[in-house]
Amino acid sequence: MPSSDYDSACLPDILPLYYRRLFPFSQYYRWLNYGGVQKNYFQNREFSFTLKDDIYVRYQSFTTQNELEKEMQKMNPYKIDIGAIYSHRPNQHNTVKSGTFQALEKELVFDIDMTDYDDVRSCCSAADICPKCWTLMTIAIHILDRALRDDFGFQHLLWVYSGRRGVHCWVCDEAARKLSVAARSAVAEYLSLVKGSDETVKKVVLTDPIHPFIRESLVVVERYFPRYALQDQDVLGRKESVDKVLALTPDDVRKELQQEFQNEKKPEIRWKLLKDEAKRKQGTSKKNQHFEKEIMLQYCYPRLDVNVSKGVNHLLKSPFSVHPKTGRISVPIDLKELETFDPFAVPTISLICEELDRPRTVEEDEKSKETKDKENEKDTAESRKIRDYKRTSLAKYVKYFDQFLDGMARSWKGELLKKSDLQKDF
Amino acid sequence: MQFSSRRKKFTTNSQAELYGEPLQFYGQPPLENISLTEFETFAVERLKLLKTIENLGVSYVKMSESYTKKLGTESKALNFLYRPEADDRKPQNGPTEQEKRRKDHISHFILRLAYCQTEDLRRWFIQQEVDLFRYRFNDLHPKQKLEFLHRNNLQYDRITVEEKKALNDKLVNSSYALSGITVVEQDVYKVPFQDALDLVRTRKVYLKAGYVYIPHQDIVTIVINDFRTRLSKALALTARSLPAVHSDERLQPLLNHLSHAYVGQDYSIQKNVGKISLEQIDSLSGKSFPLCMRQIHQSLRENHHLRHGGRMQYGLFLKGIGLSLEQALQFWRSEFIKGKVDADKFDKAYAYSVRHMFGKEGKRTDYTPYSCMKVILSNAPSQGDHHGCPFRHSDPELLKQKLQVYKVSPSGISQILELVKGMHYQLACQKYFEQTHNVEDASFSLNHPNQYFIESQKALGGGKEIKRETEAPQKPQEIPTGGPSAAPEAAANTQDEAEMTEDLDSFFQDA
Repeated sequence: MPSSDYDSACLPDILPLYYRRLFPFSQYYRWLNYGGVQKNYFQNREFSFTLKDDIYVRYQSFTTQNELEKEMQKMNPYKIDIGAIYSHRPNQHNTVKSGTFQALEKELVFDIDMTDYDDVRSCCSAADICPKCWTLMTIAIHILDRALRDDFGFQHLLWVYSGRRGVHCWVCDEAARKLSVAARSAVAEYLSLVKGSDETVKKVVLTDPIHPFIRESLVVVERYFPRYALQDQDVLGRKESVDKVLALTPDDVRKELQQEFQNEKKPEIRWKLLKDEAKRKQGTSKKNQHFEKEIMLQYCYPRLDVNVSKGVNHLLKSPFSVHPKTGRISVPIDLKELETFDPFAVPTISLICEELDRPRTVEEDEKSKETKDKENEKDTAESRKIRDYKRTSLAKYVKYFDQFLDGMARSWKGELLKKSDLQKDF
Repeated sequence: MQFSSRRKKFTTNSQAELYGEPLQFYGQPPLENISLTEFETFAVERLKLLKTIENLGVSYVKMSESYTKKLGTESKALNFLYRPEADDRKPQNGPTEQEKRRKDHISHFILRLAYCQTEDLRRWFIQQEVDLFRYRFNDLHPKQKLEFLHRNNLQYDRITVEEKKALNDKLVNSSYALSGITVVEQDVYKVPFQDALDLVRTRKVYLKAGYVYIPHQDIVTIVINDFRTRLSKALALTARSLPAVHSDERLQPLLNHLSHAYVGQDYSIQKNVGKISLEQIDSLSGKSFPLCMRQIHQSLRENHHLRHGGRMQYGLFLKGIGLSLEQALQFWRSEFIKGKVDADKFDKAYAYSVRHMFGKEGKRTDYTPYSCMKVILSNAPSQGDHHGCPFRHSDPELLKQKLQVYKVSPSGISQILELVKGMHYQLACQKYFEQTHNVEDASFSLNHPNQYFIESQKALGGGKEIKRETEAPQKPQEIPTGGPSAAPEAAANTQDEAEMTEDLDSFFQDA
């Protein structure tokens, strides 16, 4: 699907259109209001906007969905970030006694960025991505999603494509939103296996016994390793890559393999030889016995930025925000279709604005007549808006977002009932 | 200012009850009168103890044998060490167990006053107190540990035998404490993960659906966490009552002195602004920068870019050696525009952060350059970063290569690597100093990169304009001992041996 040539120069013209007719405000508000269970939750939420000419404004806050819409349509932000829920309305923070304005709650978030894998991917570097290295994101999502659900017990996870070179995860459970800085940092550390800077050669070291979490993660990695690493990245093909892999093996094993590789050129066989050496090591010595697992993990295991997850007040790019450089919308990712998710098929703002201008088909006209009758009470402008995004490629992503919100809404209902019960008995 | 007496003083028999337990959570503040001398002495001695803990924590693995032995010796010397069994037998000389516990109790609460004021002070105080508590808890007999748990209401659910069977493999593979046999024998507790963060962080426990499964003997980590949380909350409350305390002229100087003894030389006050020119930086980096800053500087020159961690560590260091804000802006700007950042982008994105470092934006906090402790212990570098402490964070092989490039002698390199292996990172850096300056002995105890710079300039040029700060708070090791001489301002107002007449409790209770 053509992304309809996007040029960042066109943003000033199409952003107003996006915010007026396409941005899913009612779903957005439904999310951030969290069912109205806690008072002032939406009102005390910080937003930050990046406007034209890189003007950055923080501590934006809104009292209603309507106010949010009006302000965004007035300012037409290039980027939107979501911050924490504070003790007071962020836009009044200057009036609050110093020291008492504090960040209280926020979703637990994770940011996986492709540039953090530059030392282990050969197809691209820096801001570029391609289908070959996108697999790393697929692996990351599988591993982290499972761990956050099964190990930590979280249920309401929203995975979002960042718009260029990575993915974000928003953990929206109430327990997650209330986590302290120390707890967030502990969760992020638990999920971290790849450690070290440019100066570190071996970034994954496993010791016995191997924790169940690592075992589960290896199951995922092993599933993808042959196609991703051996084929697509060809890590055991070119000499420099082979050397890098062998640098992660124990000295004696490395010499063996270097010899064997002189006669064997096929990557799959080479990998098998490496695994055989590992098995041999496991039988004999206690040290360095898991090097084949360590290699797979160093090449494939998710690399997350702990600092993003730690801070309660950390600002993270909002879902449905536009990425100014690529024009792509930060859309939620439906995990049921994770294997076929293609970041290059994600709609750009230019595309969906163009789709709006398409002449309506006969079908659409009939359908719209039906729904118009149903929605007679609603404001026509709003109902037109509701139908607008549905005509574009954005539709399926908003639908998925709705399903995500439905899942959470069930828990809100329970909370509201509990609260009203409490109010009845003194 | 008069502090009204809000409750009756209890007599000494309750002291026996209070100090009957070997270890406490410091939930209740002391309720007695003490002399100003005791106030000072107790506080200063506890501070010495905490500083020992801090230093040992960098040089030794915490809770290792050498660590505990050294800590035990120091505790004894300061009369803080007490045996878990409270026997009231009069010792040959020195204070009784009861007296030691009382001192422990009171000194803790005094230091709360001094260390509750800023985020940095609180963090430091909590870290050392937690380490001290962990050391003491580990020292208790198993029975006493159990008693402690029950007394402090840490009751968690035990899992059933069936559950244990079902989770057997997982449990054994996640905890060193659990073998196939002990899973059957020991009780395993189900604890919400938020109460066991240390175990979660290090993946030393089995985690399922938000609960960790802890064998009885590992319950210490839970206790420690609980201690940390309680102390953190208490400090926040104490901070609110501080204005009342500070209005007392006898206490304020002492409390300030105590918290400065920690902060000490933080190089936050720029003494030599503008004495360094930008052209000198390249040569200075080879001659007088510690290895960490030299490394960062080199990678900045090579890549024309630095990530946030590197910008903070290096930028604050440069501020500390005397770069002015204008110089700093020029320095970063000229380097970044050689790379992928154009002048416009620099002014919009990065200039803000440089001004922020100098306290000209946002909260207007004037950030202090990082000490060695901070560089070593926090914000470890990851892929794409160049900050941190090379002795701590670099692969020994790569470190060796780097030292060779920097022309350190082979014997020097092997000495450095030995120190690194023993985790003595600051000593390794001192050795690097000695090697690069051709001196036998560094003659200073390194704990701050800016200190390295000053010492280096001294060694090379012989005390030019760059002088050491000579304020009253001296280097961390030299804490004045108790007595009127410790805080001259306070001494002027004290009467030796005079009793304080107001309530201590009004200082410690939240309003």
